[in-house]
Amino acid sequence: MLPYLLKRLGVAILVALTVSLITFSMIYLSGDPAVALAGESATEGDIERIRLFYGYDRPILVQYLDWLGRALQGDFGQSHYLKQPVAEVIFARLPTTMMLGLFALIFALTLSIPLGVLAAIRPNSLIDRAALTIAVIGQAMPSFWFALTLMLWLGVYWRLLPITGSDTFWHFVMPGVALGYYITPAVMRLTRAGMLEVLTSDYIRTARAKGLRPMTVLFKHALRNAIIPVVSLAAVQFGFMLGGSIVIETIFAINGLGFLAWESILRADLPMMQAIVLVLSVFYIVLTFVADMLNAWLDPRIRVA
Amino acid sequence: MAVTEAHTADAAELLEPTPGALMRGRIFGHAGLLIGGAVLVTIFLMALLAPYVAPHDPYDQVLSRKLIPPVWFDDPKTTWEHILGTDHLGRDYFSRLLYGARISLLIGFSAMLISGVIGTTIGVLAGYFGGRVDMVANFIITTRLSMPVVLVAIAVVSLVGSSLNVVIWVLGLLIWDRFAVVMRSATMQVRNHDFVASAQALGCSTPRIILAEIMPNIANHLIVVATLEMAHAIILEAALSFLGMGVQPPEPSWGLMISEAKGLMFFEAWLIFIPGAALFMLVLSINLLGDGLRDVTAPEGRN
Amino acid sequence: MAERILEVEGLSVAIPVPAGTLHPVEDVSFHVERGETVAIVGESGCGKSLTSLAIMDLLPSKARRTATKLELDGRDLTGLSEREMSDIRGNRMSMIFQEPMTSLNPAYTIGDQLTEALLRHRDASRAEARERAVWLLEKVGITGASGRLRQYPHQLSGGLRQRVMIAMALMCGPDLIIADEPTTALDVTIQAQILHLLAELQREFQTGLILITHDLGVVSRVADRIAVMYAAQFVEEGTARQIFEAPSHPYTQGLLACIPIPGKTARGAHLGSIPGIVPSLIGHIEGCHFADRCRHAMDKCRADDIAMRRGAEPGHRYRCVLTPEETAANMARQEREQRQEREAAQ
Repeated sequence: MLPYLLKRLGVAILVALTVSLITFSMIYLSGDPAVALAGESATEGDIERIRLFYGYDRPILVQYLDWLGRALQGDFGQSHYLKQPVAEVIFARLPTTMMLGLFALIFALTLSIPLGVLAAIRPNSLIDRAALTIAVIGQAMPSFWFALTLMLWLGVYWRLLPITGSDTFWHFVMPGVALGYYITPAVMRLTRAGMLEVLTSDYIRTARAKGLRPMTVLFKHALRNAIIPVVSLAAVQFGFMLGGSIVIETIFAINGLGFLAWESILRADLPMMQAIVLVLSVFYIVLTFVADMLNAWLDPRIRVA
Repeated sequence: MAVTEAHTADAAELLEPTPGALMRGRIFGHAGLLIGGAVLVTIFLMALLAPYVAPHDPYDQVLSRKLIPPVWFDDPKTTWEHILGTDHLGRDYFSRLLYGARISLLIGFSAMLISGVIGTTIGVLAGYFGGRVDMVANFIITTRLSMPVVLVAIAVVSLVGSSLNVVIWVLGLLIWDRFAVVMRSATMQVRNHDFVASAQALGCSTPRIILAEIMPNIANHLIVVATLEMAHAIILEAALSFLGMGVQPPEPSWGLMISEAKGLMFFEAWLIFIPGAALFMLVLSINLLGDGLRDVTAPEGRN
Repeated sequence: MAERILEVEGLSVAIPVPAGTLHPVEDVSFHVERGETVAIVGESGCGKSLTSLAIMDLLPSKARRTATKLELDGRDLTGLSEREMSDIRGNRMSMIFQEPMTSLNPAYTIGDQLTEALLRHRDASRAEARERAVWLLEKVGITGASGRLRQYPHQLSGGLRQRVMIAMALMCGPDLIIADEPTTALDVTIQAQILHLLAELQREFQTGLILITHDLGVVSRVADRIAVMYAAQFVEEGTARQIFEAPSHPYTQGLLACIPIPGKTARGAHLGSIPGIVPSLIGHIEGCHFADRCRHAMDKCRADDIAMRRGAEPGHRYRCVLTPEETAANMARQEREQRQEREAAQ
């Protein structure tokens, strides 16, 4: 398993470097970053001073390496807008997004895995059709509309939950549901498909022939095998969710990374934008790496050569 | 609860219907495909004929008539002149909805085309040539997958400036990953078939083999992914516009309409409900169509 | 303790399919005595696997099983609930399947899968279960048994996995083992070893063994009694000697003619073959199922359902309207006629 691990690690690092390069070069999309920073009423002198101050006059490669070097040490520069080190701000807001993401993941898994299993046990039954309907609706519903609707019904009409802010645990329920619903269809479908396939396996027939109880057959034998691809999918989807949290966070005014990203985009806070994209991308890369490892570990055929 | 399947004896051979009849039977027997297709065609026609069907100019602001609810509400202000009511600037919601369909369909289709070309090229080349080409392609795909789409899209749009073209190109350049992944595995499956080997033995050029032998056999996968990615693009555009980084006012993008109504939704909930429902129906119909096509063209691939 | 460990009478299976109702098992009756091996022989699709699944109640959910009598060690199996059946499976009767490569769960160790069979049915401790597993692994000829417990299925060869399956079937000391084509997926050299092993174990533990196979050669060495199955029905039943020396049903005769027997089959002689194909089992077949392929078929073969009749010796039964003497006379006459035609044509 070790050579496999090392190879995947190598690829992950390469990808992270490439992403950093792309992220870095993003600021040049708007043309001269010094001009963008200076604003509309700036003079030539202002622009030149800004250029020198931020080092935009140096060759691009040097700028990139300098930026990368500092980023690896945890220094993402200074936020143009907040006058604070970017790293500080990001790591202050990161836990909130993590909590939102975790909440969403738990909600999604709690809903989709049991549904997927039930749907597979009774294909074409009522519960199967219900599960499929939930999946189909989930894929078609824009998350922001779902979030607003939830906010309206649960927050305003029925007054069950708080609608904005991120102070208490209850503040995360609606955003968590809105965000988690996004990945429920994929996870449920994969669970269902995996279970359906596994249930026709010969070793399930053997398990029944041994007289094992139906629950044992289902969970100990079937699900254990069917869940392997679901685990890596869930990890990957968690990464997607973190990227997509920007919409949910802005709606519910959750003070996380997504909200911060939106604010900094509005304010053209370039260092902050770059850093957030890089952080989220690296996190996603780490997640996929972890998912690969989990995958390998769960399957003895890979784990024990 | 039976969780095993024994191997039953083969049933008698039934008379085989023709492939055409078989396909027609499958298509017309598939409720999802028919419903999705019908709704999509309806929306498309309404969007196409919007200039003729819309009762009002979608940009026409009549402030004296703002915030009229739709006709089914129990409110003295409602009028059949504005079936779906008016927004905060007095613009007819039904007309805006119809023109908004144009935006969604246009952006969805264009972004799908661009991402389709990019993704299919990468995927087919990776699947056909394998080896180093495949490694590079996988690397590119993984890199793309690592970047949060919405975030990058918003960032790019904010830096470059938002317009219809920008949104289309940004989306098109970002959502090609599923095309690449699916086309790659489809190509790999077809690549090892004998007819490809015989084409190679005959000395056919590589472009010819790819276009004439491989593509027709993976076309069904392409169509399915195309429909699903079009739906994906539509939702993304709506999200971008909702955040103010997509289509700009006064254009009637459905996402933008929801965003503009956000502040009013507590008392005028229909303002977000109607465009949202429209989005939902459009995307649902495209998804149903795509799923239906997948079921009909490759039933073994599905459960 | 009954002498007969398994009694089956009138066992039938019906499965609804789009084209009608499939009858893959029709009116099967036989018994298995303690310590004896009964082989069910037939070609692919004749219904032998489904017969065993019917006995174990492991049929697909749509299938319907009916039986006049189905008793294991005197206990009626027909009215039992799923829970009661699961208490019996793996415990009083167990089954070995054809595909050793896929019949074990890849996610769990051999030891885990062996011990769970015992722990499910007995009040034993894990240590006791492991002890028995090791003992049985040694019995089935696996070396380094205690180390094997920690191994995963993918680390073992096909032959070894099948031995594990056999050990697993023996964990609870069952009265009856059903082996469905246990050697078909294995190399020829391993086949003989596995069969030999099964015979030995069966003798030692005095379990009944139902051996399902399409290979008559396999059967000749191992079986005490043989049942020949064709198109959902048992067409002949008897001891191994009776079947091989005095085959009474035209299908059995045809089968035996297909096998070259070293020492008996003359060099250059025609190997037999049975023309035609198996009939469809959807709907009811009037009369003899073999009629369309039988060289002796007459009108009365197709008129009514044919019942089993007694053969020359006790315990020998077959399902044909003709006696062996009549079929032999038929064949002699047909050969004479063919010879005459050939001579006339020259």
